[in-house]
Amino acid sequence: MKEIPMNKSPVSSEAILSKANSLRWEIGENYHDSLIDAIYQDAARIAERVVTKTGEKPRFDWDRALDKILTSRITGLPVMLLLLTAVFWITIAGANVPSAMIASLLIDTLQPVLKNFAAQIGTPWWLSGFLLDGVYLAGAWVISVMLPPMAIFFPLFTLLEDFGYLPRVAFNMDNLFRKAGAHGKQALTMSMGYGCNAAGIVATRIIDSPRERLIAIITNNFALCNGRWPTQILIASLFIGALAPAGLAGLVSAGSVLAVTLLGIFLTFVTSWALSRTVLKGEASTFSLELPPYRPPRVLQTLYTSLIDRTIYVLWRAVVFAVPAGAAIWLLSNINVADLSLAEHIMNFLNPFGLLLGLNGVILLAYIIAIPANEIIIPTVLMLTVLSAKLAGFGGGAGVMFELDDANAYMNVFTAGGWTLLTAVNLMLFSLIHNPCSTTIYTIYKETGSAKWTAVSALLPIVMGLVICFFVAQVWRLVG
Amino acid sequence: MTTSTKSACETCPVHHTGNLIKLGVNMESWDYVVALAGNPNTGKSTVFNSLTGLRQHTGNWPGKTVTRAEGGFSYADKRYKLVDLPGTYSLLSTSTDEEVARNFILFGQPDVTVIVVDATRLERNLNLVLQVLEITPRAVVCLNLIDEARRHQLEIDDRLLAKELGVPVVPTAARQGQGIQELLKNINAVATGEYVCKPHRIKSESKALKHALNKLTGMVENQFPGLTNARWVALRLLEGDQRLVDAINTGELEDLIPAAPPESSKLDIPQNGKLAPHADREPATKPLPILQ
Repeated sequence: MKEIPMNKSPVSSEAILSKANSLRWEIGENYHDSLIDAIYQDAARIAERVVTKTGEKPRFDWDRALDKILTSRITGLPVMLLLLTAVFWITIAGANVPSAMIASLLIDTLQPVLKNFAAQIGTPWWLSGFLLDGVYLAGAWVISVMLPPMAIFFPLFTLLEDFGYLPRVAFNMDNLFRKAGAHGKQALTMSMGYGCNAAGIVATRIIDSPRERLIAIITNNFALCNGRWPTQILIASLFIGALAPAGLAGLVSAGSVLAVTLLGIFLTFVTSWALSRTVLKGEASTFSLELPPYRPPRVLQTLYTSLIDRTIYVLWRAVVFAVPAGAAIWLLSNINVADLSLAEHIMNFLNPFGLLLGLNGVILLAYIIAIPANEIIIPTVLMLTVLSAKLAGFGGGAGVMFELDDANAYMNVFTAGGWTLLTAVNLMLFSLIHNPCSTTIYTIYKETGSAKWTAVSALLPIVMGLVICFFVAQVWRLVG
Repeated sequence: MTTSTKSACETCPVHHTGNLIKLGVNMESWDYVVALAGNPNTGKSTVFNSLTGLRQHTGNWPGKTVTRAEGGFSYADKRYKLVDLPGTYSLLSTSTDEEVARNFILFGQPDVTVIVVDATRLERNLNLVLQVLEITPRAVVCLNLIDEARRHQLEIDDRLLAKELGVPVVPTAARQGQGIQELLKNINAVATGEYVCKPHRIKSESKALKHALNKLTGMVENQFPGLTNARWVALRLLEGDQRLVDAINTGELEDLIPAAPPESSKLDIPQNGKLAPHADREPATKPLPILQ
C-alpha cells in the first residue's frame, strides 16, 4: 500500500471501503443486474420520448434479405467460402501481369544501369555487390512480388469490411468457437490476423476473460497474415495450378490457397479446444454481438485507406526487413570457409532434417533468416536454391536475390533445386504452421506481459508445423 | 458547475495534466483535452478522422479500435488534443477496453467527452451516454448516422434529447462530413465553459440500490468534499472496482476534486506551438492479469 496523505485520516478511507463491502452483501448478488436495469429503464424512457417512427415500414428491407442469405445456418458458411475463393482468385489472376512489369522495370532495366554507374565511378566489387546485388535487389524483389497482390487483395478485403460483412463471419463461426471452448469474438480477432497477426493480437483486447484472450492470442498465428499470402499464392500457382488444365489453373490454385486457409481455421479450433480442456480450462463466456447495418462501401475512400494504411505500410515493413536480410544473405554466401560459403555449410547441415520433413535445407535456412518478416521467404528461398544448385545463367552470382521473368523460370530453379510436389505442399503447410514473426512475438509479450505465454505462442505452432510436415512427408512417401 | 456566471475557473482547463501524462498522453502544447467515447461501430473513428483530418483506418465492424488513437485539431484559436477511446457498450464490465475508457474519463478528466451514438439505435446507445454522464458533466453527444436514421424513417428530436440529457446534442453524418462544424462549435462551448452542462443522472434505481448508493455517496462526499462524481465512485466501489479501491487508499481521488478558483487565469499557452496533426497508437495498456 502506498503512503497515505497526512491530512486524510486513513480511518475514514477504510470506513468507506468496509461500508462498501457490507452494503454489497446487503444488496446481494443482483447488484450489477439491478444497476444495469436502472440504466436501461432511464435509456428506454428517454428514447421513447425523443424518437418517432414516421411513415410505414420500407417496402423492402435489404439488410434482412441479405442477412437471410449471409448468416443463415445453411447458406452462411458456403457463401463465406465462395466469397473467400473469389477474393483469392481475383488476386491470383490479377497480380501476375503487373508483377512481371514491375520486375522488368526495377530489375531488368534499372539494376544494370545502376551496376554500370557503380562500375564507372569505380566502386569496389564487394561494395557494389553488397549494395546492388544484396540490398537493392532484395528491396526490388519484395516490391515486385508483393505490391500487386496486396494492391488487389487489401482493397477487396477492406470493401467487404466496410460493407459490414466481417461481423457476419463472426456470427457464422460463433457456435464453432464456443464448441471449441473459445470466445466467439475470436472470429473477429482471427479476421484481423488475416491482415497482420500483430494487429490481430492487439485486437484480442475486445475479449473480456483472460483465459479466452490467451487462447485467441496463441491461435492467432493460424490466420495467414499478409506476409504469407504471397508465398501461398505463388507456390499454389506454380505447383498446384500446374496440375490442372490451363483453363482451370487459376481456380485450382485459388482452391488450394483456400484449403490452406481452412486448415488454419481448423487448427485454430483444434488448438483452442485442446487448450481450453487442458492448461486453460474453463467455459466459454457468452456475449452479444451487434450485427451492424450493411452500408454501401465508399469505394474511393476504401481504395485510399487500404492502399495507404495497409499496402504501403506492409510493403515498407517488408522492404525494411528485406534489405538487411538481403545484405546478410549476400555476406553468408560470399564468405567462404574451406571452399564452401557459410550459407552452403548451413544448408548442408540442415538438409537431412529438411528432407525428413519433406522440405529441404534451403527452406529451413530461409525460415531462420526470415524470422523478422515472413514477406521475404520466397526471395530468400530462390536465392539460396540457385546458390545450392549452382545454377548457371540465373541471377548475377553468389548471394544475389533476383527476379525471374516468367513463371517457368521459377519452375526451372525449383526443379533444379530438387523440388517436388511434396516440397511445395509442405512449404505451404509450413508457411501456415510455424513460429510468428518477431514483431508478433514482441507484441504477444507486450500484451500478455508473460514470458511463459509468449514462449508457448511461439513454440507451439513451430512444433505442430514440424510434426505435421513430418507426417505428411512419411505418408506421401509410403503412398507415392 | 451550476452557476451561470462565468468565473475564471470555468474557462481554465479542467483536465488533470499529471494524470493524463500517467495515462500516456503527450500533453505538450495543448489547451484542452477531448475524449471520444461511443459504442462500437457508431462511426467513432470516422468522427475522429473528420475532426483531426487524419485517416485512421475505419471499418464496419464493432471493436475495430481497441487501442487508443490520439490526434489534434484547433478551433477558435484553441488547440485541442483528441483521444479516441475504445468503443464499448458500457463502462461497467471488467474487459480491458472498458477499463481503459472508464479510467481515462475518470482519472484523465478530459475537458470534454464527446459521446458518439448511433441514431438508428438510440436506446441501446443511451446506456453508455448515461454512464458517461455519471462520471463527467462535461460532455457533448454526437448523434451520428442521422442520415441512416432518416432512411429508416426515424425522426429524432435532438433538442428534446439535449434537454433530457442536459448536454449539447449535435446530429451528424460523419461519413458525409455533415454536422462536424456544429460539433466543433459545441465542443468549444463546453470546453470554454460557455455552455454549462446539467447532466442527467440515473433515476430508476431500485429502492435497495438507491438506499445503498445514497449511504455510500454520502460517505465519499464527506471524505472527498467537492468531488463531482461521488455517486459514480460509490457505484464502482459497490462493484468492487480495484482501481477505485486503490485510489481511495492512496488518496489519489483527492486529485480529482476541482481546484478552488485561481487568482488569475493559469492558462499557460506556449508560444508558437505548432499544431501538427499526428496520431500515436498507444501501446499496450497494461499486461493481462494472468498467471505469470
